[in-house]
Amino acid sequence: MSSAPPTLNRRSFLKLTTAAGGGLMLGFRWMSAAHHGSHAVASFKPNAFLSIAPSGQVTLLNQNPEIGQGIKTAFPMIIGEELDVAWEDVKIKQAPLDTENYERQVAGGSGAIRSSYTTLREAGASAKALLVAAAAKQWGVKASSCTTANSTVTHRASGKSLSYGELATSAAKLSLPKSVKLKDTSEFTLLGTYVPGTDVPKIVTGEQRYGIDTKTPGMLYGAITNPPEHGQKLGKVDDKAALAVPGVVKVVSWPDKVAVLATNTFAAFKGKDALKVSWENGPIRESSDRLSKAFADAIGTKPDQTRRKVGNVERALADADRVIESTYEVPFLPHAPMEPINMYADVRADSALINGPMQTPANARKVSARITGLPEEKITTEMTRIGGGFGRRLKTDFVEDAVNASKLAGVPVNIVWKREEDMIFGNFRPAGYYRYRAGIKNGQVTAWHLESSSITSRGAVVHNNYPNGAIPNYQVDVHHIPSPVSTGAWRSPNHNVCSYLDQSFLEEVGEALDKEPLAFRLELLDRAESDPQGKVDYDPVRMRGVLKAAAEMANWGKPPAGQSQGISVHFSHHSYVAQVAQVSVKGGDLKVHKVYCAVDCGQVINRSSSENQCEGGVVDGIGCAWFGDMPIVDGASANTNFHTYRLIRMGEAPDVETRFLDTGYPPTGLGEPALPPASAAVANAIFAATGKRLRQLPFVKNDLSA
Amino acid sequence: MAQYTLNVNGEDRSVEADPAMPLLWVLRDLLELTGTKYSCGIGQCGTCTVHLNGSPIRSCSFPISGAAGQSITTIEGLSAKGDHPVQEAWKEMDVPQCGYCQAGQIMTAAALLESNANPSDEEIDAGMTGNICRCGTYKRIRSAIHLAAEKGGAK
Repeated sequence: MSSAPPTLNRRSFLKLTTAAGGGLMLGFRWMSAAHHGSHAVASFKPNAFLSIAPSGQVTLLNQNPEIGQGIKTAFPMIIGEELDVAWEDVKIKQAPLDTENYERQVAGGSGAIRSSYTTLREAGASAKALLVAAAAKQWGVKASSCTTANSTVTHRASGKSLSYGELATSAAKLSLPKSVKLKDTSEFTLLGTYVPGTDVPKIVTGEQRYGIDTKTPGMLYGAITNPPEHGQKLGKVDDKAALAVPGVVKVVSWPDKVAVLATNTFAAFKGKDALKVSWENGPIRESSDRLSKAFADAIGTKPDQTRRKVGNVERALADADRVIESTYEVPFLPHAPMEPINMYADVRADSALINGPMQTPANARKVSARITGLPEEKITTEMTRIGGGFGRRLKTDFVEDAVNASKLAGVPVNIVWKREEDMIFGNFRPAGYYRYRAGIKNGQVTAWHLESSSITSRGAVVHNNYPNGAIPNYQVDVHHIPSPVSTGAWRSPNHNVCSYLDQSFLEEVGEALDKEPLAFRLELLDRAESDPQGKVDYDPVRMRGVLKAAAEMANWGKPPAGQSQGISVHFSHHSYVAQVAQVSVKGGDLKVHKVYCAVDCGQVINRSSSENQCEGGVVDGIGCAWFGDMPIVDGASANTNFHTYRLIRMGEAPDVETRFLDTGYPPTGLGEPALPPASAAVANAIFAATGKRLRQLPFVKNDLSA
Repeated sequence: MAQYTLNVNGEDRSVEADPAMPLLWVLRDLLELTGTKYSCGIGQCGTCTVHLNGSPIRSCSFPISGAAGQSITTIEGLSAKGDHPVQEAWKEMDVPQCGYCQAGQIMTAAALLESNANPSDEEIDAGMTGNICRCGTYKRIRSAIHLAAEKGGAK
C-alpha cells in the first residue's frame, strides 16, 4: 500500500538564493505539516537551509538536538530521497538555537520526524526540480525528458548528463517551480534503507565531543552539591576544608545549591566532598513507606480528578456477575543517562554563552536570561551531542547551575554533577499505586475502573488508551498525594507505567473469562472498531495489525521447549507496537530469551536507527521493570550509584527481532513507543511460566521460585 | 602533588598531579584526551575503560600513582586511523545510539578479543558484563564483536 503523492504549491514557502561561493541555497520553513497555509506569504521567512555547492556537496542545517535517536541522519535522508542525491555527498551541520527561525527545537515526545516529514520532502523535491530545469535549459530539451539519480541529471535520449554540483549555480538563478510532485512511496530508494549514523565514525575513535568535554581557556570545573534529602533548603556553608584542596579556586552558592570550582574535575569533586553544609528540613521528611500508605489510603476516596468517564462504572460494577480487583505498585525511577548532568556557561557583563546537552534549548535560554538579567538575544545558545537523556535534560535546572556559577564566579565554568548527585536528586519517574476493578456480566467485560494514587497532580496515568472504547463503562480517576520528591518526564511518560498495568490487568480479566490472551485482545479491538464506546484515540485496525504480526513472528502459542510466551500491545506517540516475549524461569531466576517486536510507525525513515530504537526500547523497558527501584528512606534516595541501582547488563538483554509493517501512513514517533509494551510482555510470559502475577515493580521484588 | 611520566598512546607524557587523582581525570583534564568518559566514578559501568599495558582497567578508580611509567592506550590510540577491527565492526553494525558508553565498550571488546580471538555469545556476555549501555545497544555490541572476530579480531 502506498499513500497518494500530494502535489502542493510550495512557491510561497521556499526562498531561493545563490550561495556564497556559488551554488544553490534553498531556504524553507520547517514546521508542523498541519500548519501549512497558516503563514501569510508576506511574513514568510526561511527557518532551515539546504545548499548545493559547486563541488556537489549537499548541506543541511539540522536544527533538532541529537540525543541518540538518529535525527541528525534521518532529516537529510528525507530531503535526499526527494532530491535523488548520492548519500555520500550529504553533510549535516548542527545549528545553534535560533527560536526566531526554528519552531520545534526539542528532543522529546518522539515528534521531530512526524512534524517535519512533508516539509523536508518538499524542499528536496523543489531543489531537484530546479536542477532539472537548469539542465533542460542548457541542453534545450524538455524537463520531462530528463531523469535524476545519484546527484546527476541525465537526458536519456542524448545520453547527456550533468552533476548537481555543475548545475547548482545556474539553477539558483531560475524561478522556483509553482508546484512540485512528491514521489510515490513505492519509488523510494533511500527511505527505509539501512544508513549508519553520521557521527558513528567519530564516536568509535573518541573524537566525538559531548557537553562534558567542553573546555575553554580560563574555564573552571564545577562540582554541584544539591540537597541530600528531598525538600531540604540550604543552610550554612563552611567551605574552609574545600578551599584547602589543591586546585580548588572558589566556592559559590545560591538558593539550595553549592558549587566548588577548581582547575580539574578531581579537585572539584574532592572539594565537594570536603564541604561542610547544613541543610534545613522541609515540612515532610519523605519515605517510600509513608507514600505507599498514603497512596493506598486514598483509593476509594473522592478523586482529585476524573480523567475519563464513559458510561456509569459504579452502576455497572454493582450490576456485574463478578468483579475482578487488583492493585499494582510502581517505584520512582531515575533517568540515569550515561553522560552525567553537565553544562557549560560563560556569563559576562553584556553577553553570555551557554553550551551543552539540552533537550529544550529555548527554555534554557529563557532561564539564563532571567538569572543574568540579559536580554535573550545576548545569550548565545549552542548544543552538543547528548549522551542520553530519557527525559532528564528536558529540565533546565542544570543550565541554571552553570549560569549561576559562572555569574557568581565571574569565569566560564563547566559544571558536572557527580553520578551520585544525579541519582539522588529527583526529577524521577513518579512512583504510583493503582487499583483496577473490572465488572463481568454475561461473559463480557462491562466495566473498567482505574484509580491511581501518585505524587503528580494529573496522576501518572494514560486515560485514553486501549482497551477504552471496547468497554461501555470506563473511568479513570486520580488521587494526588503531595510530596517533596520532584518528578519529570521519563522516556514515554506515563505510558511506560500504564502499558504495564493495563496489559497485565487485562490478562487477569481475560483469565477470569477463560479467554486466550491474543484472542481476548482481538475480541476487544473488534468491539472498539464496530461499536466504539466514547472517544477512541487509537486506530483498532492498526493495533490489530501489529498484534497479529507479533503473534505470527513468534509463532504464538508454540514457544520453544522450556520457554513461555507473553504478549502485549500499546499505542503511543502515534505509533503502534506489539511484542511477544519468550522467557524461562528456573529456580526463581528469570531469563528473557527473545522479544518479537511488530511496529506500525508509518513510513520507516532509517531502518538501521529504527531497529536500534526498538531493540534499545525493549531492553530499557525490560531492564527498568526488572531491576529499577529508587526507594526513599529517611528523606533521601537510597540508591546512590550503579552498585545498588541495577541497570540491565549484556547477559540479561534478550535478542530482539523487529518487523515494521508497511501500512502506507506517514512516519510517526519511534524514540519511545517500543519501550512501553516490553515490561508487560515479559510479565505476562512470567505468569505463563509460573502462575505468578507480578503486581509490584521491579520484578526482583517478587519471589519467582516455587 | 607529584610529577609523573606515563606513556599514553605511544607517547611519553609528564604531568603534575595529586597521587590520588584517578587516571580518568589525568587523561581528560590534564592531557585533554576526552575520548575516555566519566559516568559512575566507582568502577561499576565500564564507560571509562582504557588499557594499562594491554589489559582493560577502569580509569575512574585507578590512581595516577599506580600508572606511572607504564603504557596506557585510550580510545584515541586504539588504532592510528580508526580502523581497528572492533572499530570497523562498530561502524558496520551501526552500534551507537547516544554513543557515550561506546569508547568503554570498544576498549573492553578489543581486550576481550586479545585474550579470546573467537568468543561465543556466552563468553561475550561474560566479558562485557562490566559495561553498561543505557540505550540498550547490547544486541548490536554482541554482533559487532562476532564481526570483529571474523575481521581478524584483536589487531
